[in-house]
Amino acid sequence: MDVTTNNFPGKIHETPGGGVVLSKLDDVINWARSNSLWPLTFATSCCGIEMMSVASAKYDFSRFGFEVARATPRQADVIIIAGTIVNKMAPVLRRLYDQMADPKYVIAMGACAISGGPFFYNTYSVVKGADHVVPVDVYIPGCPPRPEALLHALITLQEKIKSGLTREQIKETSYLNP
Amino acid sequence: MSLTNDRIKQRLIEKFGEPVSGFEELYGLLSFEAPKEMNLKILQFLFDDDELKFRFLTDLCAVNYPDDKGRELAVVYHLHNLVDNIRLRFKVFTNVQEPDVFTASKLFSSANWMERETYDFFGVNFIGHPNLKRILNVDEMDYFPLRKEYPLEDQTRIDKDDAMFGRGGTIV
Repeated sequence: MDVTTNNFPGKIHETPGGGVVLSKLDDVINWARSNSLWPLTFATSCCGIEMMSVASAKYDFSRFGFEVARATPRQADVIIIAGTIVNKMAPVLRRLYDQMADPKYVIAMGACAISGGPFFYNTYSVVKGADHVVPVDVYIPGCPPRPEALLHALITLQEKIKSGLTREQIKETSYLNP
Repeated sequence: MSLTNDRIKQRLIEKFGEPVSGFEELYGLLSFEAPKEMNLKILQFLFDDDELKFRFLTDLCAVNYPDDKGRELAVVYHLHNLVDNIRLRFKVFTNVQEPDVFTASKLFSSANWMERETYDFFGVNFIGHPNLKRILNVDEMDYFPLRKEYPLEDQTRIDKDDAMFGRGGTIV
């Protein structure tokens, strides 16, 4: 039987053997990871302006543990793809993603990063969605999305990390499905 | 007295005569064309002449006119005289089978990248260019995307019809 306590962010599984410790540690690690996600400063078009707005005082994503924006992928945990990815940028994005240390997460911000965008879709130069290049964890629709939408996506990513890796685990513990 | 469009036209006709043609003034901007073999002579004259002094290359680009047989591609030079603050537009036309035009990069250093861009999008072959390769698109690209013979990628889209971009399409 699982027990959830008020002052410990995890579950105590009353199973015999080492499973108790492992399960607890996973939850603690996920909790720690989710509350200190360092974003990579990566913005390729106008969504980047909204991302800067979220970083600054009015919206302030440091309230949720995203304050340490890194200019190097080696120190970043999450890449927010804020803008259009063109064919020439795709290898650069892939390289940045590959240089990030595990565990790493990807947020696709705005219509361009999701599908190539409302304006540039039908062209010779644009990647039709950043998920052709890197796996994406959270998608934010909008052109550009409101800063609140990015905050919501960041919190959604935290929920995703806290709830583990599988779809079932996410469904089980998500605040969307209490 | 400062330089006028009429005076520029007069100087060009005095110097080159018949080959310089197609003079027009759209919104006050003098525009003319010449055979493509003469482009460097004319640019050099406009640069060197004590009266004209067109020593700044504002822009260099191409235009595709697919229906104008033998003159499918136009290379357009925008020049600026910074002393008298007057501009002009100079075009040379070439056919699309042999899109060879002499490079202006020896005269204007800024022409280097602009000619690379023009090559990248229209396939104009600038003879004598020191490094004529793609500049904005991926190197693997095997066509010239702004030529109108190449349609937009997604033919199922009806909100952005090819007709709006001068490439055929369903709306007539």
